[in-house]
Amino acid sequence: MEGFLVQATLYLFAAVVAVPIANRLGMGSVLGYLIAGVAISPILGAFGTDPEDILHFAEFGVVLMLFLIGLELEPRQLWGMRHRLLGLGGLQIAVSTILIALAAYWIGRIWAIEELAHWTVALAIGLTLALSSTAIVLQTLGEKGLTRSDGGRASFSVLLSQDIAVIPMLALIPLLAIPELIAEVSHGAEVGHGGKQEMELRLLDGQPGWVATLAVIASVAGIVIGGQYLTRPMFRFLSHARLPEIFTAAALLLVIGIALLMTVVGLSPALGTFLAGVVLANSEYKHELEADIEPFKGLLLGLFFITVGAGINFVLLFEDFFAILGLTLGLMLVKGAVLYGLAKLFKLRGAAGWLFTLSLAQAGEFGFVLLSFTMQNGVIPTELGSSLSLMVALSMLFTPGLFIFYERVIAKRIDANLPEEDEIGETGPVIIAGLGRFGQIVNRMLLSNGHKTVVLDYHNELIAGLRHFGVEGYFGDPSRPELLLAAGIRDAQVLVVALDDQEKSVQMVEHVTREYPHVKIVARAHDRQHTYALYAAGARDIVRETFDSSVRAGRYALEKLGHHPFQAERAARAYVKLDRHNLAELARLWDPEISVMENERYAAKAREINARLEESMRGLRTEYHDRTERGWTPPPKGGAVKD
Amino acid sequence: MSDVAERAQKVLVLFAHPAQNRSEVNVHLAEAAHQLDHVTLIDLYGEYPRLDIDIDLEQARLREHDVIIFLHPLYWYSTPAILKEWQDLVLEYGFAYGKGGTALEGKTFFSAVTTGGSAEAYRDNGYNRFTIRELLQPLEQTANLCGMTYLAPLVLFGARSAKEHGRVSGHVALFRRLLEALVAEKLPLIEAAKAETLNVVLQKHGMG
Repeated sequence: MEGFLVQATLYLFAAVVAVPIANRLGMGSVLGYLIAGVAISPILGAFGTDPEDILHFAEFGVVLMLFLIGLELEPRQLWGMRHRLLGLGGLQIAVSTILIALAAYWIGRIWAIEELAHWTVALAIGLTLALSSTAIVLQTLGEKGLTRSDGGRASFSVLLSQDIAVIPMLALIPLLAIPELIAEVSHGAEVGHGGKQEMELRLLDGQPGWVATLAVIASVAGIVIGGQYLTRPMFRFLSHARLPEIFTAAALLLVIGIALLMTVVGLSPALGTFLAGVVLANSEYKHELEADIEPFKGLLLGLFFITVGAGINFVLLFEDFFAILGLTLGLMLVKGAVLYGLAKLFKLRGAAGWLFTLSLAQAGEFGFVLLSFTMQNGVIPTELGSSLSLMVALSMLFTPGLFIFYERVIAKRIDANLPEEDEIGETGPVIIAGLGRFGQIVNRMLLSNGHKTVVLDYHNELIAGLRHFGVEGYFGDPSRPELLLAAGIRDAQVLVVALDDQEKSVQMVEHVTREYPHVKIVARAHDRQHTYALYAAGARDIVRETFDSSVRAGRYALEKLGHHPFQAERAARAYVKLDRHNLAELARLWDPEISVMENERYAAKAREINARLEESMRGLRTEYHDRTERGWTPPPKGGAVKD
Repeated sequence: MSDVAERAQKVLVLFAHPAQNRSEVNVHLAEAAHQLDHVTLIDLYGEYPRLDIDIDLEQARLREHDVIIFLHPLYWYSTPAILKEWQDLVLEYGFAYGKGGTALEGKTFFSAVTTGGSAEAYRDNGYNRFTIRELLQPLEQTANLCGMTYLAPLVLFGARSAKEHGRVSGHVALFRRLLEALVAEKLPLIEAAKAETLNVVLQKHGMG
């Protein structure tokens, strides 16, 4: 227990110190985490803990991240990416693998390193190092707002194809085994090292091939069909319980369960959860799931980066400093050159091509996985494997620097000359919080004028019913900041707060005006007091829910009393103007801290307004009259038109 | 009688006055038009208090009538705002003008206006510097482009003092006789198209 607390304290402390500083310096959170890891590695060493143990746990952050990415990607979009996945991704993997393998083989020959000069070893190294880091790249792209740019999309396609390619690689690698090494490894495993591997359930080991294939197909089908048909009733049932933590537990259960299933049948857990995410991308629970999973993903991913940083073996590094550094840079150069060529081939122009080249030049976390796998299977000797692990970690450490280089130098220089054709993202959506009678009308109006709306409400039946009519509605408590974030508040242009709950709507307005000042808010108010509270919270476009309809009723009554319709219309307009003017005056004086009774300035103004109204009702004041008549009052009788 | 009804011209009076509780002349002119057979009176501000004019309905009304009259006080040498809005929306391309825009061809159009200024003001040496017919030339050309016969306006000058001087009922009667003459096709149109005002034509033919 103590050991756990020490570790947790150490990791969290390092992250809390390093990440904000790195962010402030414009280096991005990933570099902050990596540096934090480097900084704590000697202390960890003193406690005798191995960061690798935590790495396996932290890799789950990548699994969660792919689930979230899947949620954002509808099946239709995925299908639309198929050419890029196969072409761009496939070529990147194939060409990089071959070039790296050749280089490894050549280096083995020249430097007379016996292990390297073996084509199986060289090929295994090529496969391992051809992969890039999904975690670093996607996290950084997201942070810098480049996910939807052309270069960002291309990078994502390649990362996704790499994740898929890991599966055949895991199948291929055991075939490359060197007999002498296998004997050595199996001997070693018996002696001691291997505590982790028994934990993995490998039910399918020793089964005939067709059973394994069948299991794989069944699991994938299970995810697709279960995701489509079982999750909805399950989440509906859970949401009735109104226990947010149970919903979170269910979301985690879903992801962890799928990861387990994938591991059992020998597929990549990241790929399985990605698939589940895609299946759920159309679900009304999408944003609630995102809001629940996001914090876990963030923390685990951070932990993952820290362990990568902590895993850098400095003793090993300094033994062969220049060789390892040179090889790492050489590796990134080769990968970058391949990427650059592909960018040209696939017509990624200008900054997009450079982003693609620089972002994917590192080796990635799957490199660690494959390396440990190759070592276990006796493909690559352990000593060589450690050096390669070091190269992977170093290349990851360099990557944030490349992003900074892209941002500060290339994007500035190139985009100045190029017309912005691909970087224009979708226009920000309108988020409508609360879909009762009020929100529905707002939603229909916006939709019929061609705006994209995202609708949030915590009434299951309502959301389900409206989705039936094609409304993009999501289940969840709209006042939850995480849900707003998942619904896209960062990119939103307008937020319509149409909640029934008065207190929640005030909190929501406060939160959004503070955190996202660029979002314009339209708020629904219950009554005057609520209007004041919303005004104090920062809303300026406040609509009293019954005000306009009452004015209309008043106008109809005037018409029925024989007033000319246009006169009734002018009377209504004048009333609205006067009432809103008075309300705004009072709202400015209203203070949430003081009750209306104790607020002297408010009380004085209210008395003044009341007196004014009374006088005008008794015909003592003409300003109300003037408002309706001015402009259409004929010139005075006998008045001169010209002096 | 049925013979007359068959030959009767249908007259559409488009009435625009934003403050009818203050009106001293125009509401009576409108009332007179309202009471006549074969004459349709439309109170535009009454029908469209929020200026959301129904284009299809207004175009259908135009098709059904032979004579179209704008009835309004003169505001800044033009119509009150709603009549401008009406022109902008109803006189569409393809309906009133342009390719296939023949719906108004052959119809008759003129304005019945009341002015604050006296007759002397509407002369080249008066403070309004132009005659009333000259000032209404944008409407004349509008009618012309739509293929309508444009007639001189019917005018009541000095309308702000008409009530005090007892000139209202006489002008209302004149308007009524004009409408009746139009319905019965008894107005000499060629002469009416050339005159300075319709008042003069009516006078000359013993209807004044």
